[in-house]
Amino acid sequence: MTQSAATFQTFPSRPPMVPESQRLAGRLLVLVASIVLIGVFVAQALAAADIFALDLGTWRLSLYAYLAWAVALGVAQVLMRGEAGYKALFLLPALLFTIALVIFPTIFGLYIAFSEWNLSSFEGQKFNGLDNLRTLIHDPYFWNALLNMTFYVVSVFFQYALAFGLALLLNADIRARKFFRVAFLLPFMLSPVAVSWMIGKSLMEFRFGPLAALMRHLGWDNPAFFATPWIARFSIIALDAWVWIPFMIIMLLAGLQAIPKDIQEAAKVDGASTWSTFWQITFPLMLPVSVTTIILRIIFQLKLADIVINTTSGGPGGATDTISSFIFREYRDRSNVGYGTMVAEVYLVLIIVFMTVLLNAVGRFMRREAAL
Amino acid sequence: MSGLGMDSHQVSRQPWNWSRMTGRVLIYSALLSWAFICLFPIFWTVSTSFKTAVNVTQGDILPFVGRFQGDWKGWRALGLSPDTIFQISTVRDEFMLRFANSLIVSIGAPILAVLIGAPAAYGLSRFQYKFGPWRNKDISFFFLSQLLLPPVVLAMPFLVLYKELALLDSVIGLILIYTLMVLPIVIWIMRDQFDTIPIELEQAAMVDGCGVWGAFIRIVMPIALPGMVAAFILAVILCWNEYFFAALLTSTSAKTLPVMVASQTGSQGISWWTMAALATGAIAPLVVIGVFLERYIVKGLTAGAVK
Repeated sequence: MTQSAATFQTFPSRPPMVPESQRLAGRLLVLVASIVLIGVFVAQALAAADIFALDLGTWRLSLYAYLAWAVALGVAQVLMRGEAGYKALFLLPALLFTIALVIFPTIFGLYIAFSEWNLSSFEGQKFNGLDNLRTLIHDPYFWNALLNMTFYVVSVFFQYALAFGLALLLNADIRARKFFRVAFLLPFMLSPVAVSWMIGKSLMEFRFGPLAALMRHLGWDNPAFFATPWIARFSIIALDAWVWIPFMIIMLLAGLQAIPKDIQEAAKVDGASTWSTFWQITFPLMLPVSVTTIILRIIFQLKLADIVINTTSGGPGGATDTISSFIFREYRDRSNVGYGTMVAEVYLVLIIVFMTVLLNAVGRFMRREAAL
Repeated sequence: MSGLGMDSHQVSRQPWNWSRMTGRVLIYSALLSWAFICLFPIFWTVSTSFKTAVNVTQGDILPFVGRFQGDWKGWRALGLSPDTIFQISTVRDEFMLRFANSLIVSIGAPILAVLIGAPAAYGLSRFQYKFGPWRNKDISFFFLSQLLLPPVVLAMPFLVLYKELALLDSVIGLILIYTLMVLPIVIWIMRDQFDTIPIELEQAAMVDGCGVWGAFIRIVMPIALPGMVAAFILAVILCWNEYFFAALLTSTSAKTLPVMVASQTGSQGISWWTMAALATGAIAPLVVIGVFLERYIVKGLTAGAVK
């Protein structure tokens, strides 16, 4: 990527001749737009605080001011920097969009997290310092949910093993490959909410579900999939695996198909068994794809919520709770915005720490593998 | 396709033919079992939407065998059976409204994401940026790191923010947040696509007097179309299935289909056949996309995975 960019720069395009007046106009435009944006924002803040006797309605005016500012910034880029400005225009919309929708809410989120705020009470927001953090440390449901998350993350490795096996099968010399590929992909496409009903609430239903009937047939007298903590956890994992294994199969299959066939052929000619060919050639070659797959999968697993919310709502007794479903209930059942946001922020910090450590460890591991 | 598979993969010759045969049988039985696991819940949902109460309680599975002769009960409850389709039905109106909302949101957000994501991906692939201390690598990481952000972190600030902006329970609000959700994926896939396009094409166009934007729109975009389609379809799937934000940020007017499905599963009184019909409605568009556009989904998912 850097290489192609470098070639592009050496290519002689039109020289960046920008007249001084145009540069000045650009600067003026940004200045005016910024003043308008800040002005609107301050006016709205004052109006909201009842200092300013002017009804500006909702904060939408500020939103429009931001949009206008973004457009002005783009125009000014072109005015001030010519060709380079046109190049900046490629990136600016996406950047300004993401910054507006992430940075602002995140800062705002921190502000909410340190306050007591229950949407169903009349009191409104009240700053309460570290109280939410203290509540969180003593909240058994939070720690329980966190423990469940480790469990769900560990399950990714088992799902990976299964997916690898299935990808190998798909990569074997088989007929009707297209049919199998589509069939294997379909669960990933379906809405987790629908899946929660289709499998969790009907196939696994205690009275009439065919899976329960099958289990009875196999000798499990009381096939209640969501009644005891451990069975419920495994049931959720089964549901989650059903939805996400297709994703892993596709990633791993792409990796398998990229392996040059002659390497495996050469091993065969040398008389290596299928088993040792796999462990000594296929698996090491698949390591980078495997790592990518598992990391992506862990990232998605940390957001696991829909299935839990809709199948067990965290039950029995919080046994299947994920952090997300826990926060969801905190908001839905108790309208506890302040505490819920604090849990979310703490969770975000934990995720960032965890992923940093994980990526570092993986990076070191991969370098060592490469050196060997 | 199956014929092609035979050519591209060398059949492994093993000394004993019978061991090869057992191998084949094992491979196909494993494949068929997993295909059954994947497809049975879908078959079960569709078939249950045509069941009667007795079919449900007796656990009938195969249609047109014995008791299970098919009935429009579930679809009638939604006002979508042949005999009710021309009558007035509030449930159908509700269902159609949710379906339309889902459709608007899951097409609107991917369009917006591709519109702003594709140029960004192109820029990151071709030019060298410097915003303060930030270089291309940092900007790319900034976009990708959004994937790490769990929805719960944004959900509540957005709830309060949208309330202030009067965007709560509006389709526009949902489109904005879904765009944010799929943007990193779109940028990732598109950048992977642009990296494969040789730079000489644009240089030739620029010699002919095209600006950077002209070269991008006239030369690069048509070539990058497969990647764009892949990114778009993947984004559509994610938006169609999204539940968390929709559940928190919509109530009456902008509610999407997953929220409607979820609100029905909660109530015990609801009958299986109605639920099944509802679930069928929610998954049908995606099954169609999956069957016909599998190639693009695979392309989107594996972008950048194999180098």
